[in-house]
Amino acid sequence: MRDIALVAFAQTDHRRTSDEHSEVEMLMPVLHQVLDRTGLKTADIGFTCSGSSDYLAGRAFSFTLALDGVGAWPPISESHVEMDGAWALYEAWTKLLAGDADTALVYAYGKSSPGSVRDVLTRQLDPYYVAPLWPDSVALAALQAQALIDAGHTDEPALAGVAARSRRDAADNSHAQLRGSVPHGDYLVRPLRTGDCPPIGDGAAAVILAAGDRARELCERPAWIRGIDHRIEAHGLGVRDLTDSPSTRLAAEKAGAFELPHGLKGMGGAPTVDTAELHAPFTSQEVVLRKALRLDDSVRVNPSGGALAANPIMAAGLIRIGEAAARIHRGESDRALAHATSGPCLQQNLVAVLEGDPR
Amino acid sequence: MPEVLKAPLTLEFPFTRSLGPVQSAFLTGLRERVVLGVRTTDGRTLVPPVEYDPVTAEEIRDLVEVAPTGTVTTWAWNHAPRRGQPLGTPFAWALVRLDGADTALLHALDVPGPDAVHTGMRVRVRWAEERTGAITDIACFEPFDGHAPAELAGCSGEFEDMVTGIVAPARLDYTYSPGRAQSAYIKALSEHRNVGERCPSCRKVYVPPRGACPTCGVATLEQVEVGPHGTVTTFCIVNIKAKNLDIEVPYVYGHIALDGADLALHGRIGGIPYDQVRMGLRVEPVWTEGSRFPDHYRPTGEADADYDTYRELL
Ligand SMILES: [Zn+2]
Repeated sequence: MRDIALVAFAQTDHRRTSDEHSEVEMLMPVLHQVLDRTGLKTADIGFTCSGSSDYLAGRAFSFTLALDGVGAWPPISESHVEMDGAWALYEAWTKLLAGDADTALVYAYGKSSPGSVRDVLTRQLDPYYVAPLWPDSVALAALQAQALIDAGHTDEPALAGVAARSRRDAADNSHAQLRGSVPHGDYLVRPLRTGDCPPIGDGAAAVILAAGDRARELCERPAWIRGIDHRIEAHGLGVRDLTDSPSTRLAAEKAGAFELPHGLKGMGGAPTVDTAELHAPFTSQEVVLRKALRLDDSVRVNPSGGALAANPIMAAGLIRIGEAAARIHRGESDRALAHATSGPCLQQNLVAVLEGDPR
Repeated sequence: MPEVLKAPLTLEFPFTRSLGPVQSAFLTGLRERVVLGVRTTDGRTLVPPVEYDPVTAEEIRDLVEVAPTGTVTTWAWNHAPRRGQPLGTPFAWALVRLDGADTALLHALDVPGPDAVHTGMRVRVRWAEERTGAITDIACFEPFDGHAPAELAGCSGEFEDMVTGIVAPARLDYTYSPGRAQSAYIKALSEHRNVGERCPSCRKVYVPPRGACPTCGVATLEQVEVGPHGTVTTFCIVNIKAKNLDIEVPYVYGHIALDGADLALHGRIGGIPYDQVRMGLRVEPVWTEGSRFPDHYRPTGEADADYDTYRELL
């Protein structure tokens, strides 16, 4: 199988609103940055794939207009997922694995400011039994948080600790929307307080993937993708055990997270990674993911601040993979796990394992 | 930077959805004040029922009645109900495992405050007065002080006049902002000017501008006034009257290359019989009183444009 690496990553400064920019105006600088970092031009890219959702801005086929920022003439090989960009990256990765391209540009964006995200996200729920009740995204996360508290996996002070650690780490991340000391706040939907919830904002991100020697030409220390897998659970919330995330654990297993570097078989215990970028928009979801992935204190979790510091919907998962790769590029990590989620209460989960060359 | 425009935008659809046999029985049951589950081959009872086993993906049809009483498995206190939610007063969201079921149903629980709810508490269905065969036929749950399950009606899942579909209205409200480039374009239109933007790389002028050159993938920042005259590059004759449209059919819809623009925009062509519109016809915009955009384009009376002057814009 070909070696494929993430060789460049760029993201916007994430903000509560970006009225002055259309989606393509917000996205374009990020596309230019990521291309500049590799010296590649649009014409050099073998495959382009994006992730976004029309429901956020309330406009149909918005991804086709965003393509203007790529420069899609003469014609390019392009695809789109109505999902977080992490899933677009998965599609691009398989395209490169199959040998259909040597380089890929993956980007994702979301403008949440025009609408009300809590209401918009109800439209992804079961349309017969659940969506007619309009349970918003915070309410569903709060049900999961209460289940965790009842099961003794966490309590409100521990959740406040997750929030404080995330925003403290984000102080070093100039792109983050919520940084430093943030009040834990009042209940939004009890037991979740405003501090347990992600900021609502607009933003975009882009990465470049390359295969084999091409990756080495483009990046001093490529972040090699050792495996990616994604799994889904039943849509019925009452069917699932909300205190666990078996789909995350299975995706991590299949992506090789529990194996030793370079293909040596591990013991199936804790993941052999030094960094984990987890897409946990709510503090309580970090508790679920840490348990599902058996992460102990030796693993640096969300040094970027994670989704609690910036959660541009449809881009936040891709940003986790980008942040993990950037740590490998900078030599701050040798083997990192990146996770992306979609759907209510961690319904769908993607795990990628990234590695730098041995030093 | 010019003022960025904003306007309210409401998207509203009454989605009509058909039901499968299991959903049909469940929702008809709610109309008749009966709760039905579905039994999996390994003996679990799923409420609300689904047509395929979430573990094995096997088709399941074995309907069983469960009690309208149950136990809260988890909850969350919603002190500020939002539009469309089951109750207008503060309530608890709850997952409720009904007596006889192995899975939980999401709904609202009507209690006075968060201190009046806990995991494990006993609740029962409060039926809506008017029931149509929808999940909202359960108005909400309410506290229930008994531990024994309520009596069952002995229902098999067969009803007269089965509900076969639901209408699920969905409404989302947005504040739409078209961004810098299109705001400038729309503002100029209200002053009866057509403004495009030039690509710094390929020098093409785009009207309407969207802020980026689709060929070069770079921002288009230089504003260029184009028109007002232009050339019809291609057209079609519309014979079907659109709902709420106050225009007599047939009428002509065309692509118009404004002078100085490298992209044709589209608009209605009037002031000329529909069967005399032709490629190359020279036209100009007609603005009606108080309008923010041209009502239509009409012939200028100039000689037709030579094909070679607009062939690249087709
Ligand atoms: Zn250009």
